Amino acid sequence: MSRPHRHNRAGRMALNAAAYAVTVFLLLPTLIIAPMSVGPERLLSFPPKGFSLRWYAEYFQDSDWIRATLFSAEAGVIAAVCATVIGTMLALALVRGRLPGKGIVELLVIGPVIVPHIALAVAMFLVFEQLRLTGSLLGFAMAHTVLALPFVVFTVLAALYRFDAELERAALSCGAGAFRTFRYVTLPLIAPGLVSAALFAFIISFDEAVVSFFISDLDRKTLPRKMFEDIDFNISPTLAAVATMLTALTIVALLLGYALKRSMERRARAAADTGP
Amino acid sequence: MALRDGLQGRVTVQGLVKRYGPVNAVDDVSLEVGSGEFLALLGPSGSGKTTILMSIAGFEYPDEGRILIGEEEVTWAPPNKRNLGMVFQRYTLFPHMSVLENIAFPLKMRGIGRAEREERARAALATVRLGQMGDRKPAQLSGGQQQRVAIARAIVYQPRVLLMDEPLSALDKNLREEMQIEIKHLQREIGITVIFVTHDQTEALTMADRVAVLDHGRLQQLGAPRDLYEAPETAFVAGFIGETNFCEGRLSRPAMPGDPILVTLEAGGQMQATAAQALPAGERVKIALRPERLRVLPAGTEGPTARVTEAIYAGNATTLMLEGQGGQLLRARIPAGAGMHEPRPGESVRLAWQQADARAFLA
Amino acid sequence: MSGRRPSAFLLGGRRYSPASSLLLAAPFLILIAIVFILPLATLLHESLFVPGPTTAHYARAFEEPVYLRVMLRTLGIAVLVTALALLLAWPLAWVMSRSKGLGLALLAAAVLLPLWTSVLVRTYAWMVLLQRNGVVNQLLQQLGLVDAPIRLLYTQGAVVLAMAHVLLPFMVLPIYSALKGIPEDYTRAAQMLGASAWSTFREVIWPLALPGVTSGCLMVFLLALGFFVTPALIGGPQQMMIATLVSQQVREMLDWPFAGALVGILLVFVLAITIVFKRAVRLDRFVGSA
Repeated sequence: MSRPHRHNRAGRMALNAAAYAVTVFLLLPTLIIAPMSVGPERLLSFPPKGFSLRWYAEYFQDSDWIRATLFSAEAGVIAAVCATVIGTMLALALVRGRLPGKGIVELLVIGPVIVPHIALAVAMFLVFEQLRLTGSLLGFAMAHTVLALPFVVFTVLAALYRFDAELERAALSCGAGAFRTFRYVTLPLIAPGLVSAALFAFIISFDEAVVSFFISDLDRKTLPRKMFEDIDFNISPTLAAVATMLTALTIVALLLGYALKRSMERRARAAADTGP
Repeated sequence: MALRDGLQGRVTVQGLVKRYGPVNAVDDVSLEVGSGEFLALLGPSGSGKTTILMSIAGFEYPDEGRILIGEEEVTWAPPNKRNLGMVFQRYTLFPHMSVLENIAFPLKMRGIGRAEREERARAALATVRLGQMGDRKPAQLSGGQQQRVAIARAIVYQPRVLLMDEPLSALDKNLREEMQIEIKHLQREIGITVIFVTHDQTEALTMADRVAVLDHGRLQQLGAPRDLYEAPETAFVAGFIGETNFCEGRLSRPAMPGDPILVTLEAGGQMQATAAQALPAGERVKIALRPERLRVLPAGTEGPTARVTEAIYAGNATTLMLEGQGGQLLRARIPAGAGMHEPRPGESVRLAWQQADARAFLA
Repeated sequence: MSGRRPSAFLLGGRRYSPASSLLLAAPFLILIAIVFILPLATLLHESLFVPGPTTAHYARAFEEPVYLRVMLRTLGIAVLVTALALLLAWPLAWVMSRSKGLGLALLAAAVLLPLWTSVLVRTYAWMVLLQRNGVVNQLLQQLGLVDAPIRLLYTQGAVVLAMAHVLLPFMVLPIYSALKGIPEDYTRAAQMLGASAWSTFREVIWPLALPGVTSGCLMVFLLALGFFVTPALIGGPQQMMIATLVSQQVREMLDWPFAGALVGILLVFVLAITIVFKRAVRLDRFVGSA
């Protein structure tokens, strides 16, 4: 066809090429670690010179690594549960309630995201030392709950906005009180949102490096803190194995989150189908 | 059913006021609905009809006034303690429950055992003629079926009163007419009090025993459908219910309701009418005259005349667009097959009407 | 009117009463008070009232050239990172906004996977790539661009590149959601009306995308200012940024008042920007897309 059209197409192709180049830039550094982690040599190379699960074995045989992993998992589960429960309650108060000082509360919700983690980490270190919370499960659970809360609150808010509030009126008219309306109608319908909120809260806690760096102690440290030490010390190949497993875990979590989001959209659509 | 006699299903609204900021959404409305009566709340959007219904349901709390169900005051009771049935504009079935679970839900909330719940839910489902659909999810039903399930859910616990908030507005025309008859039939069968909000006057007139017409939060008229149509008490009711010609003019002498009067029209000439309300002298008045009550006669005889600008044939009737003295525009409707004079556009005609059919209101 | 207001949990049938709303918010408020407000307040108190009421710690940060240089470097790197991220994010966000189905899923995965992968893992990956005998140096040598391995780690370029990589998703997502909101009809209409590709971009797309661009730049800039992990590991002491300086003061010098002052300066800066661009801070963009 005419020239401007061809000109347009060339432009579009250039843009597409740039976009995919950026995609490669985004993914490559993380993904290239996976093949490197199965190389047999201490010096990581790409492509790997052979295949060996040596560094994975080293991780699983090292009680330091395992202890840190389990500690992170524990803190992550507690933080995920606490953040989901507390965040859901707050989201309900924000959407369904009449909260005095709502503006301030909303500001506090985004606070842990806006305030640089280094500031929070150092500040928590100072106070946790005095409260003897450094290196304690309680300390980590509290800190990570606070860091995960903004994401939980926003996920639950989104789920509540997608939810048809008229269904709550219907439940009330059927004789259900506020609690049973939540229990039998609201909760089942926003449940996928809560599960995905909990999932991402766990990931946030499990991956959190800055606060953990400061509030760990020699005995009780999280996985990221252990990684931090090892990276600073020497770039050991065991780290490549750990990084690969963490990336795989993230992929699984993302797929799960995606499935949950789909299921929630299906429910929302089913609910919409019961409307005009 | 026999227990639910006398006053149990009566709903009384006394001096209800609901303000939203400076606006009175409901402005001092009082009405009483008898046990087993079907009352329609009719009005344009913003007339306050839904706010009244929501106050009865307990989803709104009034600023002033009282609400009684039976003998009991419920003005401040939460909605789940009022034991009312409610059908919403959108069907609001719980999408994660089956049809049967939806219907059994109110029974579950009342602590009724599983076996009885199932039995009563099935009975209610049969009442709305959906016996086979119990295991489906709401999304698998058509709009009309969903609304029937919503009705079954609202009556399964035998409430004294059923509230319906424009329940048919989401359905298409044919289905709507079918459901109108079905709801009416169901209401007679189980003898429940129904308060039904609608903006559709035909729906209100066909279904209700009495209709409350509302405008700007005020109760304009409460009466049987025939009274509203034949004897509207305000200009708003005359204009809102059915089709009406309005002629504006002035009155020289005061009149009481029912008095025959002579109005000097702004467009020129005079018009015989009947006062529908007390009219002081010198005030501007509005005369309402229904198109089918305006008789169109061949020209040449005595009386007011008009010219036919258009004739619109619609099968059962022909509508004439008329231009009267001083440019006054009027409509007349001539039923088909009545052997009446059917003038053509451009023709001059003479107009006549019964004095009682021309009702004068304060403008 | 009856004076009895309902004492029920529910008021208006749908909204919880202020008292019960407060009850629902209470766990959050208590936790935030203990783990967020109290620590920050304690640290700032340290910076202003230890040993006595003083602004000396703040003055020191601006008066000693070492510290001033760190702060200026932090600002400079944050600006560079934001600019690089914007440059990289735009084509990706644009193509994403015009993709559907599998293509969109792939592109979205490419943005979301890094967003949710541990910062430490991604930083570690960069260290492996950039070290003396790492992949990048091998590649450069094979291509004959350099004779011997060059130093990549601990340079400002490496810090900017790695930080832009780590923070890129925060730029892509808001721009994507702004661009997605522009109906394709707009650009078609503009072209029908005779606009060139450039003027379509300038007159139609850019103004409509601006809120997303602002939001993305703001997020990246704010996060870059206080970033700890990546600069600490990739930049080393040579490229020290303010977060690393704070860490050093706390862990090595044990100078809490001065660390508090540095945090105070960082906080004032971050909060001022947040308040000025209040509307652009949109956390929901990152959650909704996850």
